[in-house]
Amino acid sequence: MAVNKILPRDDFQRLISFLRTDGYQVIGPTLRQGAVVYEEIQSTSDLPEGWIDLQDGGSYRLERSETSAFFGYVVGPQSWKQFLCPPQRKLLTAEQTGKSFNVIVYDEKPIKRAFVGVRPCEIAAMAVQDKVLMEGPFVDPSYRLARQNAIIIAVNCARAGGTCFCVSMGTGPKASSGFDIALTELIDQHGHRFLVEAGSEIGIGMVTKLALGDASESDIEAGEKAIANASANMGRTLDTSGIKELLYTNFDHGRWNDAASRCLSCANCTMVCPTCFCATVDEATDLSGKCAERWRKWDSCFTVGFSYIHGGSIRTSGMSRYRQWMTHKLAYWQDQFGTSGCVGCGRCITWCPVGIDITEEARAIRHTR
Amino acid sequence: MGRKYKPKLAVWKFASCDGCQLTLLDCEDELLAVTDEIQIANFPEASRAIVKGPYDVSLVEGSITTSHDAERIHKIRRSSKVLVVIGACATAGGIQALRNFANVEDYKSIVYASPEYIDTLSKSTPIADHVFVDFELRGCPISKSQLIELVTAYLSGRKPNIPPHSVCIECKRRGTVCVMVSTGIPCLGPVTQAGCRALCPSYNRGCYGCFGPKETPNTDSLSVQFKKFNMSRDAIKRAFRGFNAYAEPFRKASEAHEK
Repeated sequence: MAVNKILPRDDFQRLISFLRTDGYQVIGPTLRQGAVVYEEIQSTSDLPEGWIDLQDGGSYRLERSETSAFFGYVVGPQSWKQFLCPPQRKLLTAEQTGKSFNVIVYDEKPIKRAFVGVRPCEIAAMAVQDKVLMEGPFVDPSYRLARQNAIIIAVNCARAGGTCFCVSMGTGPKASSGFDIALTELIDQHGHRFLVEAGSEIGIGMVTKLALGDASESDIEAGEKAIANASANMGRTLDTSGIKELLYTNFDHGRWNDAASRCLSCANCTMVCPTCFCATVDEATDLSGKCAERWRKWDSCFTVGFSYIHGGSIRTSGMSRYRQWMTHKLAYWQDQFGTSGCVGCGRCITWCPVGIDITEEARAIRHTR
Repeated sequence: MGRKYKPKLAVWKFASCDGCQLTLLDCEDELLAVTDEIQIANFPEASRAIVKGPYDVSLVEGSITTSHDAERIHKIRRSSKVLVVIGACATAGGIQALRNFANVEDYKSIVYASPEYIDTLSKSTPIADHVFVDFELRGCPISKSQLIELVTAYLSGRKPNIPPHSVCIECKRRGTVCVMVSTGIPCLGPVTQAGCRALCPSYNRGCYGCFGPKETPNTDSLSVQFKKFNMSRDAIKRAFRGFNAYAEPFRKASEAHEK
């Protein structure tokens, strides 16, 4: 159902205004604290026009680009999970009434959101979280509500970052499904414009209402060329052949201790990972003891408390925690949810303060003893 | 309204700046709720009226720096059912523990006009070096919300929910961009315990480690990264020598970069 249309650069504001008029809170990329972050945007002037990101293990820098692309960057420190599966959320309040108590389940109001600039690896990450949080035996109603009220305006990648490896994970750099509209940004002698593909009924409706012109053969070709460029320039690669068996047969590999000597157990990798979903549930009481609240907060397998059960913590060493995280991501996840837990976005490499590289660790386990 | 028996709370000061005990007065909105539930029995900063001990809970601020204080803390321990130390001085020796890395006689002669009047120990030490401590509230200064949580947990007979994980988790939960990765500013956040809501990174500053070492801190690996930022050995030493300089993991990290 490939409906290829063209959205001129100067009409991008029309898309944003259209979404806003339609009642969507428009979330998109914008600059804050020297990085591209996802926040509510009002207009194209909020977009990181003309900026690209240079990424490597433990390093992220923004730089002026030669072009005025809106989406020249790759991915920033945040992912869309902050909106679908927020860092902290009140679940319920309980109040004492005489000898009994009342439980008031926190009733979330649905917010219609349009995510603008979703990368193909991020769509893949949402599909992974969908499996965990709403397609399995236990459904997270809050996640489902946010997910069902979100529309996805994807942007295919025309550039690969220094820590990207979506090609290895089969998740990009072109989105094949899971979007309402997918854009490919084109800047050449024919001007600055977006190739538009509708991927859902909502998307087709939007394209129709925006009354966009048809894309030419050369536009489609330029789009393919741009995406091929990203494909050919992945900063990292990860050999996934037999990765599950590889990790299952190497629990005692010396590399785990080596990784642990560098690992800070700071949890940054899990916080920035777009598929990590672990949370802790905190109960807070007030001073009188008559009112209690239950909160859910992002948690991480890198804390000692994460594996605390009666009698103590199971994973006390940094080694066991790093091994658990990487083995879960690349191996246990397949048994548990039928997919890899890694989408190749590279965030865990870039945002590790000491630049531990999951692709490098996997390579070392494969090629050394 | 309050309960039948209000537990008695005492606040004690040792070598410190008073900032941590003033956090109790800073509770403002919650202060009346606190006094509804607990009797502030001995808190000279708040009231001259002193109720005699023993006390249900003692909050102890400050480090032990004199022989007189080294005895006084034992008396306080004996008159307290629960003893909680508050702040970097009480939990780690404080900024005044910098003397522990030098000769106190040298400091005395530089700082004081008449050093012969100064009667002090050669080291500034945390309370736990002297008596049994029931709980530590970290920070320079402590966090108001953690103090309220501690009192609340005590009143309901549960463990305080004060996580020992990194500052990084707080940064990420509030959406702060990592200053170390995005700007190359050295930051102690990955080895420091949370509790400040990651205040400094939210103002584009690296963490100074006010809440002391987190659980299982890997200061060696962080130091290697600091070297990659072209920090000198002396600068790395100084980074770990702040308010929690004498907390063991930070002490070892700074000593490893001496000379």
